[in-house]
Amino acid sequence: MKRDAKDRAAFTRRALLIGTAQFGIFGAIAGRLYNLQVAKHGKYALLAEQNSISERLEAPLRGLITDRFGTVLAGNQQHWRALFMQALAPDPQAVLDNFYRLVPLPDDEKARIAAELAHRPGYIPVLLKDYLDWPDMAALEVNTPDLPGVVVEVGASRSYPFGPGLAHAVGYVARPNQREAAADPVLSLPGMRIGRTGVEAAQDAVLRGVPGFVQMETNVHGQVVRQVAHDPGTPGQEVTLALDAGLQALAVQGLKDQTGAVVMLDASTGEILAMASSPSFDPSLFDKGVPQATWNAWMADPGHPLQNKAVSGLFAPGSTFKPTVALAAMKAGTLTAETILTCPGFFKLGDHVFWCDNHTAHGSITVTTALQVSCDVFFYQVALGVGIDRIAEMATLMGLGTDLGVDLPDAETGLVPTLDWARQHGIHWVEGSTVVQGIGQGYTQLTPLALATMIARVATGSAVGPHITRRIAGTLQIGSTPGDWPVLDVDPAHLAVVRQGLFEVVNTPAGTAYADRLDLPDVQMAGKTGTAQVHDNTAAEKRQGFNDLTMAWAARPNALFVAFAPYDNPRYAVAVVIEHGNYGGVAAAPIAHTLMTHALTHDPAGRDVPLGGGGA
Amino acid sequence: MMMDSERLAPQRPFRDRSFGLMRKLLRVNWLFVLCVCLLAGVGYTALYSAAGGAPRPYADSQLFRFIGALVLMLGIAMVDIRQIAKISWPAYALGVLLLLVVMKFGHTGLGAKRWMTVGGMEIQPSELMKLFLTLGLAAYFRRATQERLNEALFLLPAVAAILLPVGLILKEPNLGTAVITAMIGATVMLGAGVRWWKFAILLGVMLVAAPLLYHHLHDYQRARITTFLNPGSDPLGAGYNIIQSKIALGSGGLTGQGYLHGTQNQLNFLPEKQTDFVFTIIAEEFGFLGSMAVLVLLFSIIAMALYTAISCGHVYGRLVALGVAANFFLYCFVNLSMVMGLIPVGGVPLPLISYGGSALTAVMLGFGVLMSVHVHRDVEFASEEF
Repeated sequence: MKRDAKDRAAFTRRALLIGTAQFGIFGAIAGRLYNLQVAKHGKYALLAEQNSISERLEAPLRGLITDRFGTVLAGNQQHWRALFMQALAPDPQAVLDNFYRLVPLPDDEKARIAAELAHRPGYIPVLLKDYLDWPDMAALEVNTPDLPGVVVEVGASRSYPFGPGLAHAVGYVARPNQREAAADPVLSLPGMRIGRTGVEAAQDAVLRGVPGFVQMETNVHGQVVRQVAHDPGTPGQEVTLALDAGLQALAVQGLKDQTGAVVMLDASTGEILAMASSPSFDPSLFDKGVPQATWNAWMADPGHPLQNKAVSGLFAPGSTFKPTVALAAMKAGTLTAETILTCPGFFKLGDHVFWCDNHTAHGSITVTTALQVSCDVFFYQVALGVGIDRIAEMATLMGLGTDLGVDLPDAETGLVPTLDWARQHGIHWVEGSTVVQGIGQGYTQLTPLALATMIARVATGSAVGPHITRRIAGTLQIGSTPGDWPVLDVDPAHLAVVRQGLFEVVNTPAGTAYADRLDLPDVQMAGKTGTAQVHDNTAAEKRQGFNDLTMAWAARPNALFVAFAPYDNPRYAVAVVIEHGNYGGVAAAPIAHTLMTHALTHDPAGRDVPLGGGGA
Repeated sequence: MMMDSERLAPQRPFRDRSFGLMRKLLRVNWLFVLCVCLLAGVGYTALYSAAGGAPRPYADSQLFRFIGALVLMLGIAMVDIRQIAKISWPAYALGVLLLLVVMKFGHTGLGAKRWMTVGGMEIQPSELMKLFLTLGLAAYFRRATQERLNEALFLLPAVAAILLPVGLILKEPNLGTAVITAMIGATVMLGAGVRWWKFAILLGVMLVAAPLLYHHLHDYQRARITTFLNPGSDPLGAGYNIIQSKIALGSGGLTGQGYLHGTQNQLNFLPEKQTDFVFTIIAEEFGFLGSMAVLVLLFSIIAMALYTAISCGHVYGRLVALGVAANFFLYCFVNLSMVMGLIPVGGVPLPLISYGGSALTAVMLGFGVLMSVHVHRDVEFASEEF
């Protein structure tokens, strides 16, 4: 017990000593506080008043989009803009009033500025006006003392050197909307853009980059005295497309003012070398805001200029579907290369008569000849023999009516009907429905991109998938070399039979595209024309002697052409669809002819710029 | 009546163990609880100002956390200190285990792996470790006689028990908390009666080891030390916070710029001002007088904890109270010195005032044990216990 008391006294001594030391340290802290807060108050109060260094975030430069040779397809253009940093202005409203006096703004812009000022944190400046002109600049410069917190600086906006020619494939950017800016504060930075369509949308995350910051020293009036530090952030990465700007220009020229789409692929990799859709629009308008009148005109245009018809346009494939029907029948064993069927010019099923094109009688022919002359009656019979489900099965193998996984937004899958599909949609499927399926009419709806994929697969026997992005920040993407793709699950002998037929289409006088054979030595193109009805002529119209050339534009058939070349060593595949262009051999094949000739003489798929050489 | 009490007499130990809840509540040091609540009120005021004059996002959520922690503290105060003594070593083992777990699975915050989530609550095991180490050491030294304290072999396990968690915390890396943990351990050993000169030797060893340790520091830790030595050299780098913090303090003057009118605070010159630099808000807006009031409140807590230590009848309680007092003192000391540019920035919050749940929970847990010591200051530890 005594010992306890002794221990306790010793502890109390030590605890008191520790407490005294702690009290002493608190005293020292209090002394330091007195020194800082009272003795040196004058010095620090002055520093606080002059303070001084403010920081704001800055939008990164958006990554470039180039074609496979480094030609810039989407770049950045510099312009002057005025920003406002609220924190630097003693009386923000007075500054805004002064600004509006010098640079008048419409009321909706003033409302936007007021809303943004109310919600933004201090380090995110608010955009007052983009695209300042010289009178604006001069007025702001002269009145700087009245405008504390207003910063005039260089900003970047998106530019599209090829304008409407690449509007669909490359896409466009626009200012983020309120909801997007709320979800990701970085998007509320002045100058930030968000990709809306095309590659700009598909690769938005890659192109966007990471914001940097600017640190400025400001004087007591909130004016920037000097820039202390500048971190430009990380610019977005460069996206190199498989596109060849030269081929693209030819595709755009080929379409001219017609409505339609052109897709050219590297047949062995599925790389998209050209992708045009017509009519088109000016993609740079979205950066500043599309004028209402222009928008209204786009909406009223029956050609739907904003739609990328190459990936979202759905068309009946017409006779370009015949190779798929032939492959399905050969796989099922209902058709061989030697099978001979007779075409008297019509095909009778029950009491319904299906006519061959122009009521021509093609006689007794094989499948190659049927493809060559595009005999409908031959394929009516083949389709009936193989059945609708097996046709759809082969179509899926060939990339038709299935998701191709293309790296572009808004891609449509299309439709190749099956009996299940018909049941689910309450459609009574009759044999006649299968008959017209043989010539790509009826319910079948496909995109030009799918048709190009199909002909590339027929050409190479490789299950290539279409894609447009070749490199990201210089790194070659998977799918850009032929070895990346599996072998197509179709008998090569069957493919050879079809290719023979397609060869004869272009290279024999009786072929439907003989006029557009290549005039290159030792190189041949193989292809298939298509003319797809979009309108059933009524009995009354028939009596009046209506034909395709005399009927209204919107009722005329679509013209299609798919092709590959060279015949003996396929490298390129192309699909052309001209809406209401009448005969595929007349309206669509010449465009393919031009593109193939250019591709075969310049060989873009065989060339690539070395790494790092892709810069602008 | 006499008969009754005589009959109860043999059961006295039982009665002693279970003296009623009301009596326990009356024995709580309510002045201490009041000071704790006042400091939380100061915190609410500062956080309200940090948000530009709004209860959200900081002040309200911190208030809710505090209320929860207060209930936890009073709950622990009702637990018999002898029960707590029994789980001292399991608690220590749990603390070390958590440190190992956080090292392996924890997530990284601000460049260090020190956080983990338990049931939706973010905790830093290193914060808990400081309390658990105190408990463990108090249990170890509880029965130590002066003779044993002079044996090096007896002290060795205690030193090892300190160095194990300190090493793990250093590895996170969290230099500030590691040093604080070591100092808490040293304070408890000092309170147990270890000779002063032994600490002098330890200090000497550390001074020799410091340059070696410097080489093992992470780049950001070295940057803190070098910018502390010359903050003006890099006004926008690591020294920026120190300069802005000093400007905030200095511009406060004697009586402050007025609530919600501190320019440094309201114009966002200080990043993280709601956490580590929360004191600058009070100092700028309420001046020297306001900051002195907070200092007085903070020291009253320490003084009352030391009073509990001194007035406690058992060694375990004394050492635990001393450790808890040391922990709170070191929190305040490191944070305030950092804000004033006296020591390198360390990522240590100002307890009860800074925004954040982990340090608050750990501190209030410690206060709960402290109050349990206070409530049970007269209980007798049976010698066979522990």
